[in-house]
Amino acid sequence: MLDNLIWGYVYPNESEIQWSILIVLYPYITGLVAGAFIASSLYHVFGKKEIKPVARFALLTALSFLLVAMMPLLVHLGRPERGIEIMFTPHLTSAMSGFGYIFSFYLIIVVLEIWLSFREDIVKKALSSHGWKELLYSSLALFSFDISEETLHNDEKFARKLAIIGIPSAAFLHGYVGFIFGGIKANPWWSTPLMPIIFLMSAIVSGIALLILLYIAAMKIRKHAIDHKCLQSLAHYLWIFLILDVTLELLEIISMKYASREDIDIINRLLSDKIGFTFWGIQLTLGIFIPFILLLLVSLIKKRDTLKLIMISVSCIFVVIGVFAMRWNVVIGGQEISKSLVGTLTYVPEFFSQEGVLPAIIIFMLPFIILRVVTAILPPWKDMEEETQEHN
Amino acid sequence: MNLSRREFTKIGCKIIIGATAGAAIVEPFIINTVAAENSPVQGGYNWEEHFWGYVVDTRKCIGCGRCANACKLENKVPFDEEVYRTWIERYRVKKTSLETREEEVVIDSPDGGIEGFEDDIPAEEIKKAFFVPKICNHCDNPPCVQVCPVGATYTTKDGVVLVDYEYCIGCRYCIQGCPYGARYFNTEKGTADKCTWCYHRITKGLLPACVQACPTGARKFGDMKDKNSEVNKIIDEERINLLKPDLGTKPKVFYIGLDREVR
Repeated sequence: MLDNLIWGYVYPNESEIQWSILIVLYPYITGLVAGAFIASSLYHVFGKKEIKPVARFALLTALSFLLVAMMPLLVHLGRPERGIEIMFTPHLTSAMSGFGYIFSFYLIIVVLEIWLSFREDIVKKALSSHGWKELLYSSLALFSFDISEETLHNDEKFARKLAIIGIPSAAFLHGYVGFIFGGIKANPWWSTPLMPIIFLMSAIVSGIALLILLYIAAMKIRKHAIDHKCLQSLAHYLWIFLILDVTLELLEIISMKYASREDIDIINRLLSDKIGFTFWGIQLTLGIFIPFILLLLVSLIKKRDTLKLIMISVSCIFVVIGVFAMRWNVVIGGQEISKSLVGTLTYVPEFFSQEGVLPAIIIFMLPFIILRVVTAILPPWKDMEEETQEHN
Repeated sequence: MNLSRREFTKIGCKIIIGATAGAAIVEPFIINTVAAENSPVQGGYNWEEHFWGYVVDTRKCIGCGRCANACKLENKVPFDEEVYRTWIERYRVKKTSLETREEEVVIDSPDGGIEGFEDDIPAEEIKKAFFVPKICNHCDNPPCVQVCPVGATYTTKDGVVLVDYEYCIGCRYCIQGCPYGARYFNTEKGTADKCTWCYHRITKGLLPACVQACPTGARKFGDMKDKNSEVNKIIDEERINLLKPDLGTKPKVFYIGLDREVR
């Protein structure tokens, strides 16, 4: 059976794919975090008022996914119980060793940012509720109940500063994930200096698309009108970042093909055979080209909000699928070519094993559950619904 | 200063708890430091006096597979899994038609070459054929050591790249980082694994198992700090080559008669 999966000559130790679907999930989830955070920064830092309805919701989304981001890595380790050593004895020449610190730093920033933007609500809840709720919100408020104009103003100033630090750290968090792959000179499909920036752009794209979908879903569930101005503004940013993303992705392929180094034969085989469909079909056509056209139409068409809503939703669904395919093509594609450069192998995902599809599905469902819980404790709906009423 | 008995007890308890916790935290660090400062001489072997090197004479290899077999036996590498610390590749360049000028090279390594090779291409179709033994290159600039996030894989003073099985977290980044496919995942230990040049043997003055088992002298092992060693003589006198030298890994396995087709 194994022979059918191998073409040409692969080194004997390469018969098994080492990084499975869980490692596809890891950059995917981290990307959604970075993207959602950057979407919220459009309001917090760049003062794009039209994004305000989703700004706080975006932060909660970023937190929910961030809390899960390192789970696929941990489950994948051969010795999960030693995983914490990456914090205690990091080997600093390794691109992977900074992971724990960058992750923790970013988590602190996101939590602080959320705390500051929700502090007024938390204090009000603490003062108006009783029993265990009072205790919960009082402790969330850190027993500081000062919500005078002046302190709130200070909070806002501090939150803005944090968000300014937050943008480079979000960029770093994900660019760094790209470098984990881009720094591997042994693998011609990974080894490119463009990798970090490609990862970052696709992260922003996927994060904004996810945020749009979650916003639409939340409003539909709560039976509340959608703020079309906000939605179309997000769609506009999505469109811009899609262009940057596809430019870089194509630039990488074009320069590989044009330079035609010794690895070009195996890269061509990878692109035409192994990941031909997931790359050209899903990543580029479904995930970028179609949404690009649809979003272009959205910005050209006047009025007809419902039609635009449908077009934006479809685009966003395609984008999140396309970016997942992009992660797949990088992580799995890179391992489907042998380092002998004259052979390929095939990854056949298992379903039930420790590295299988089932744990991947479970892990990917967790952030949505966490988001449900977090929004119950810290409802962001006030923003999302007030704004709409003003517009109507 | 006046202290009530109650306050005195409180402060005393705090000091005791603090000191215990502090000691517990500091202890592992102290132990680590002591271990790191161990003398270079262990059981009469001084790793500062040696620097190991390896030579493969591809012209002499007959593809019998005794080296790969000996390695699995010596290092308890599972026979029923597709994992190898050393293996033999066979390259067969087929005759080309003068019109198309397309060259076809057939490369294989069935079961790492442990059982030898079968003649599945008629001899008259073959232009050129040879065997190439492969092993960890114990690079001077090892990408696997560079990428290990916890420092579980390291280079010894005598130039051997080893894995600390007690420390490796099993992330497999090193397996991805090795351009030669020399590393594999040890499912039993949950860690990365690789050739050690039989470190347990060479530190006792023995040869690595693969070198010992080779009937033709295609594999040679020696001390590059010893001017008269065979390895040094070959490096000084023969035309040698390295695998993937452009990657800057600086391998310490030197090849004689390396064909351009070798990957």
